[in-house]
Amino acid sequence: MATHEVTFPISDPQEILKLRAGDEVTVQGHIIGIRDRTQIRIFDQGVEPPMDLRGAFLLHTAPGVRKLGEGKYEKVCIGTTTSARMVRFTEPLGTQYGVRAICGKGGFPDEAIEPMHKLGMVYFAIVGGAAALETTQIEEIEEVAWEELMPECLWKFRVKDFGPLTVGIDAHGNSLYHDVQAAAQEKLKELYARL
Amino acid sequence: MSIDTTTELQHAVEDAAAHLYVWALKDIPQDLRDALKDAAARETSIPGRRVLNTILRNVEVADADGNLVCQDTGIAVYTCHVGEYFPLHPARIYEALRDGTARATIEHPLRSNAVHTITRENTGPNIGHRLPIVHWEFVQDWDGLDVKCVPKGSGSENMSFLKMCTPADGVKGIKQFVLESIVGAGGKPCPPGIVGVGIGGSADYAMYLAKEAITRPIGTRNSDPLVAQLEDELMGLLNETGIGPMGLGGDVTVLNCHIEHADTHMTLNPVAVNYQCWAARRATAHIAADGTVDFDREA
Repeated sequence: MATHEVTFPISDPQEILKLRAGDEVTVQGHIIGIRDRTQIRIFDQGVEPPMDLRGAFLLHTAPGVRKLGEGKYEKVCIGTTTSARMVRFTEPLGTQYGVRAICGKGGFPDEAIEPMHKLGMVYFAIVGGAAALETTQIEEIEEVAWEELMPECLWKFRVKDFGPLTVGIDAHGNSLYHDVQAAAQEKLKELYARL
Repeated sequence: MSIDTTTELQHAVEDAAAHLYVWALKDIPQDLRDALKDAAARETSIPGRRVLNTILRNVEVADADGNLVCQDTGIAVYTCHVGEYFPLHPARIYEALRDGTARATIEHPLRSNAVHTITRENTGPNIGHRLPIVHWEFVQDWDGLDVKCVPKGSGSENMSFLKMCTPADGVKGIKQFVLESIVGAGGKPCPPGIVGVGIGGSADYAMYLAKEAITRPIGTRNSDPLVAQLEDELMGLLNETGIGPMGLGGDVTVLNCHIEHADTHMTLNPVAVNYQCWAARRATAHIAADGTVDFDREA
């Protein structure tokens, strides 16, 4: 299991292809915070997002913030939410907006494997609940759009040494979640026989 | 007792609730810290160790920065033990807990999670219709009040499961259901945490008991030896599933398994599972009849 440092947004798709399920990754640059209602607005209500998502790293989050002034917020506590609820947006995020990485906690179900393989996308697993640490790795909230969805707005964060992340699903059709679940289902049969 | 005194006592309970909510979110109990360190020491998978070491780092950063351990401020759940001679009626205790929750949310500020369940509009400072949630127990021959605040995150709460097993399914059916629930939940509830199991009673009461179970200090055992034995057995079985920290595979899937039980109808065998994430936050205030408050992180 290799370790990588990747800067987002990325322009070279090869960067994504280097990553393999299980690898450790630290992220630099800019990432976009997004959540359930943000994506419902984009895809179910057909509203164009007012931020460029090409090559982007999306983080499943609804940050705790303090308002400083018009459109300006400072971080209080920023962590990550469960991804599985939002899996259906994976393919359109890749095809319509060129998103390259989605980061959240708990993983995506198997339906994300094929679109990520086809479109050259990865899923990064962060440690859910480790928000105190995550907050220190977010240097600044640079932009916020759709404030009326607070806290499920569209956020732009500048990050430094964001991680460690684990590649949960790579762009080659591998998913740690699939493998762990398949092994656990086999193990359950053995455990049931012992009850 | 005069009106002024009851008003003062209500303020004391409100102040305690406001303090508990923030304190629980920032300063996790020692038994949990110890359980997480033990988990990191025994985990052998590489992603699992990465997760547990990051968790330990996170707890250190929360201490050093005075920040919340997890951003999900949850729904505020309180368990109250009310002495029969405590001189404030539970209706006013509820009001005090509600006001304290709102005040903490505004003053800190904490993220406000509460929404109307149909419109999904945010209802304000973590309070709303029937929020916060309070569990009540009443204690004879006592004049005190214990309030335990358990901010309950949604990632783990979403991984709640109920099955009305048949009597013929027996204890084996209970074990199977807990195992399939936790394997099915995978990484979503932020493992390794506390698996709360409620057995017996009725459908609603089994889930209530499962929630009670996750509020106990880690590794405490049910006073009924039969149930305690089941807690040990299930904890061992769950840690053989290989789900591991954050569902990335490994040896430590749960920190512990707690069970609460109630007697039930001869044709019922309910089993409820309520998961508590690794950030198993809780904080308690012991409030005396004169309004003095003793805060307790370990209860």
